[in-house]
Amino acid sequence: MRKTTKFGLTTAIALIMGSTAAFAETVKIAFIDPLSGPFAATGTNGLHQYEFAVEKLVNEQGGVLGGTKFEILPYDNKTSPQESLVQLQVAIDQGAKYIVQGNSSGVAHALTDAINKHNRRNPDRRVLFLNYSAVDPALTNDACNFWHFRFDANADMKMDALTDVIAQDPSIEKVYIIGQDYSFGQAVSAAANAMLAEKRDDIEVVGDELHPIGKIQDFTPYARKIVASGADAVITGNWGSDMLGLGRAVLENGFTGPIYTYYAAADGITAAFGETGKGSLRLVAEGQINPPASERAVAYYEAFLAKYPDGNISQPRITNVIEMLAKAIEEAGTADDVVAVAKALEGMEHDGLWGGSMMMRPEDHQLIQDVHIHAHTDENITFDYDNSGYGLVSESNIVMAGLDSPTTCKMDRP
Amino acid sequence: MDLIFVNLIDGLVTGLLLFMLSAGLTLIFSMMGVLNFAHASFYMLGAYFAYQISLAMGFWMGLLLAPIIVGVLGAGVERYGLRRVHQYGHVPELIFTFGLALLIEEIVQFIWGKNNVAYNAPEILQFSAFAIAGNSIPAYKIFMIFISVSIFIGLLFILTRTRIGMIIQAALSYPRTVEALGHNVPLIFMGVFGVGTGLAGVAGVIAGPTLGTFPGMAFVLGSIVFVTIVIGGLGSLWGALVASLLIGWITTFAASYNIRFEDILLSVGFSMPENMAESPFRDIWNMTTPQIGPILPYLLMIIILVVRPHGLFGKRDA
Repeated sequence: MRKTTKFGLTTAIALIMGSTAAFAETVKIAFIDPLSGPFAATGTNGLHQYEFAVEKLVNEQGGVLGGTKFEILPYDNKTSPQESLVQLQVAIDQGAKYIVQGNSSGVAHALTDAINKHNRRNPDRRVLFLNYSAVDPALTNDACNFWHFRFDANADMKMDALTDVIAQDPSIEKVYIIGQDYSFGQAVSAAANAMLAEKRDDIEVVGDELHPIGKIQDFTPYARKIVASGADAVITGNWGSDMLGLGRAVLENGFTGPIYTYYAAADGITAAFGETGKGSLRLVAEGQINPPASERAVAYYEAFLAKYPDGNISQPRITNVIEMLAKAIEEAGTADDVVAVAKALEGMEHDGLWGGSMMMRPEDHQLIQDVHIHAHTDENITFDYDNSGYGLVSESNIVMAGLDSPTTCKMDRP
Repeated sequence: MDLIFVNLIDGLVTGLLLFMLSAGLTLIFSMMGVLNFAHASFYMLGAYFAYQISLAMGFWMGLLLAPIIVGVLGAGVERYGLRRVHQYGHVPELIFTFGLALLIEEIVQFIWGKNNVAYNAPEILQFSAFAIAGNSIPAYKIFMIFISVSIFIGLLFILTRTRIGMIIQAALSYPRTVEALGHNVPLIFMGVFGVGTGLAGVAGVIAGPTLGTFPGMAFVLGSIVFVTIVIGGLGSLWGALVASLLIGWITTFAASYNIRFEDILLSVGFSMPENMAESPFRDIWNMTTPQIGPILPYLLMIIILVVRPHGLFGKRDA
């Protein structure tokens, strides 16, 4: 009897130790984003891109630090800040040292705040926050901290790139700005007004409007106003069905000028626009899919499609997150001491898989990279979106966009 | 001035679309006394079925077949679902249709995914019918108007000029008497439910290409349909038509003209608060009509309920 107990105990201890050993073998990256609810499609697509990037770019190359593999742990936050904090705690308890999140700046604000507090209170269990999509400028300005790194160009940098292109186009004299009535839509509007006034004071903003988010069935009246205003170009930060509805109404209504957008691609939107969007839709984003920047990019995308035939690489920056993290861990010589990894990330220069070089600005942890203006078209498309034949082709490239953009960030360094 | 005419046409399209949904719902509501929460879900099903059929057989077969499938599904729901639940009273019926709406949304997401699907107008209708001061009216919109108007005329004819229509109208008001006269009232109920959901299906088929086909489309339109039938009066086809057009025009014009509340308030004699940043009414002063456009129909409903509880054309209380 006693012998059995002893044996059982030993087994249990051995098992626990075995599993701790297993923990130590991988670098755990917690993916906290919506995997259910209205934005589940975007979240799930992102998760696939992460899992593939980890497999292809790190694990198949032999891992980091001489054989340690990366592992993605998915957590569903239902796009809710409260739920994200619960999942963050679970992730930390399960040994995650790196947190990636992107959908919704609201969630990112909650996470960066919580991680800052957690790291102050638990110096032995610190984690890093790698934000790959939340573009509210405040995250690398007033609300910045040492633990937060942003891999996407922020909303102001994207607007800077957009307005550069608009300023160079002499045929654009009147601009209409329309967006969803919440923080991001307001930020887009404010940035567009300020930057247009600065770069081309002869451009007239003929409309600046916010509409209720997710409540408009028919965008036709808005489209009528846009055409009636005589606008040469439209700027919008709309996403999801608000983007599709607005874009379609504007185009059906006979508008032929450019529509500058942030999010009018992938997740069904490219397929739904199809022929109608050609020649008008423009999209500002980092990462160039078409034409592919290199043989390596082609091979990577083809391998991705072999695994996810219906998938899109809609967030190219995800490969930068994984590659730069792996590089930083190698440089720091450890995956457990996140302060060393963060210091290695600061100022790191990197040549991205999708072309262009980039630099993690040390002052505010904002990745400075090339920002492209893409056109929605079916010509010269190597990799389309939604298997529709249509995709994004890079039209112009702003090298190292926002390199000297000001920041109000003052971070406390450990 | 030109824009007014354009807005009239746009509002007409929106209104007629709403009418096709509310016509079925108002008949179902007045007949069974049950709010069919799943009505807009049948509208969504119409769009998705038509999308699926259009992939294989083109848009026109979708227009023909999808509403029939939706109607048969609706009749089945009445026959094997609602009729069984009916004996337990109205609350279980409400819960049943509410559950059905959620179920349909989940099933749609399961089969077609959460993204927008690429359901487009047929190429033959993808041109601009005419233009007013640079604002083009797509031929598809004219087609939508044509379909909805023919459906209204057809319905009106059936309900007022045919024997079946008489029996339906009688069953609406005095089901027991009609039953005693030897008519099969449950069958009529099932038929009306089927036709009502089929109409919602037609609306989905023709609205899908312009308003987008995505799992949230039922939710976006769901509540406004109830508002329409309450404003129009329960069980009244004319009421449904007038209320639909009213709502279509109100929302269109509200979104089209940036009238600021500041101007309205100043013109009726209010004076601007000196310190706007601290004024408790700051939000009211800063509002514009496009911002409040989507809630105007609800405001109208409340006014109607207070002033005329049986709706514009209704004969009994809501």
